[in-house]
Amino acid sequence: MPEIIIRSPGFLTTVQDSGRFGFQKYGMPVSGAMDIFSLQLANALVGNSPNDACLEVTITGPEIEFTCGGLIAVTGADMAPYKNGWSVPNNKTISVKRGDVLSFGDLITGCRSYIAFGGGISIPCVMGSRSTYMRSKTGGLEGRPLKTGDKLQIGEAVRKPVVSQIPSEWLPQYIANKEIRVVSGPEVDSFHIDSLNTFFVSEYEVTENSDRMGYRLSGSPLKTISGSADIISAGIAFGTIQVPGDGQPVILMADRPTTGGYNRIACVITVDLTLVAQMKPGDRIKFREVSQTEAAELITERSAFLKGLFNT
Amino acid sequence: MLNYYHMGDSALIIKTGNDISETSNVTVRKLLFRLGQENIRGVLDFIPSYNELMICFDPAVTRYNELVEAVISCSQNLDDIDLPEPSVVSIPVLYGGNSGPDLREVAETNDLSAEEVITIHSSPLYLVYMLGFTPGFCYLGGMDHRIVTPRRQTPRLKIEAGSVGIADKQTGIYPIDSPGGWQLIGKTPVKLFDARKSPEFLLNQGDYIKFYPIDEEEYKEILQKNEVMPL
Repeated sequence: MPEIIIRSPGFLTTVQDSGRFGFQKYGMPVSGAMDIFSLQLANALVGNSPNDACLEVTITGPEIEFTCGGLIAVTGADMAPYKNGWSVPNNKTISVKRGDVLSFGDLITGCRSYIAFGGGISIPCVMGSRSTYMRSKTGGLEGRPLKTGDKLQIGEAVRKPVVSQIPSEWLPQYIANKEIRVVSGPEVDSFHIDSLNTFFVSEYEVTENSDRMGYRLSGSPLKTISGSADIISAGIAFGTIQVPGDGQPVILMADRPTTGGYNRIACVITVDLTLVAQMKPGDRIKFREVSQTEAAELITERSAFLKGLFNT
Repeated sequence: MLNYYHMGDSALIIKTGNDISETSNVTVRKLLFRLGQENIRGVLDFIPSYNELMICFDPAVTRYNELVEAVISCSQNLDDIDLPEPSVVSIPVLYGGNSGPDLREVAETNDLSAEEVITIHSSPLYLVYMLGFTPGFCYLGGMDHRIVTPRRQTPRLKIEAGSVGIADKQTGIYPIDSPGGWQLIGKTPVKLFDARKSPEFLLNQGDYIKFYPIDEEEYKEILQKNEVMPL
């Protein structure tokens, strides 16, 4: 059985697929890749199924040794990948042979890279997914980030990739100041009209208190008409923006709790979640409202593009 | 009367009322029961809460408007649905001591003895209004107002799974190790969530919980029984 050996793990490297669905009614977070689009692009480049498990790499890359040949791909953040010390490109199929070593240099753009292996990472599914949810130590490799010396089995590659490189017009630009499109949320009318204007005009900075669960933003505080930030605890989706008592918005991400008790002012549209997932502390966000219909059209268009990359 | 909202491009919220009440909660459960049987195209997951049902869907497969129509046609005659009989789940609790370091404070706050707090806490049937927040955490209704106690001024950095606590008018159980500010009055050896077991979760929305006091020996016995894992 082919396997990879983690010679060093990087800052935070976990196994993630497109998430664990079906258990949110029990309070089980979905987890999965923060940037699902990049996960799917990586899988396309090695002939996997769109939602197969990859390694999600954060800020600094791991060093990985291959005990067997095959195809790999790196997508998402540009962390200057190297094969045996030679620079290799992001967003292209890379072939490796036994003894090759993948390593990374400095973080150039974005925050999270995805490494796909032809055949996928073959660890057992827990509750229907291979995604790692660290807080309850569920899924992935023992529910934890990878560490030096870990070995991961790689499955048998069954298909050749349809593409060996992603058309550049579909690659998002990760820059530090981004306009992020949102659809208004169910409690949008609970906010002062002035605060709503503020929300859509001013910039918010991504703070250090940002992780796989959510991005805490800092900027002009938002006020509600009643003065209360609380709602009866209710469902949260990927990208939901809650505003707790301090008036500073929080974007809920992959490891979000299933429910929350703060006003839901808006929700990031799915196609822009890939941009949010690639932001890091210090980056700045400006929100722009779009209609639910427009958001749905954008994601439908992108899904059609993705479908062509898999062509099954 | 159901109200519909969108949450971004991939979720639909159905609101069944504006309050925490058994009526709005029963409607959520009936909706989930009916929709769960329907196998609607593009539906990925459900998040039921006190007075809302969120449906997560794949926007490439179905549209918000289509889904609302499907829900409207499925939600005719909701009142006729007989929900499955709720389970009453007994939860053993070792009250006080190291397991419940704040039992004394809860007693003092309410001018009661520790024994009285235990009796009051373990008397009612608590309704599981919803599960959420972390895996297996239940939002319970029915706590006696005589043991209402504010949260701790300084939250603890780590509270062990199984800890039973009080926060204002709520009581609950920590299903996994987490930080928190609840007043801890006891601990249960029973696991609310275990990914290695089937089913993985002990409780369902709509179940009832009955706490009962146990001593240290019984606690150890139950813990040991749970640790014997089927392969």
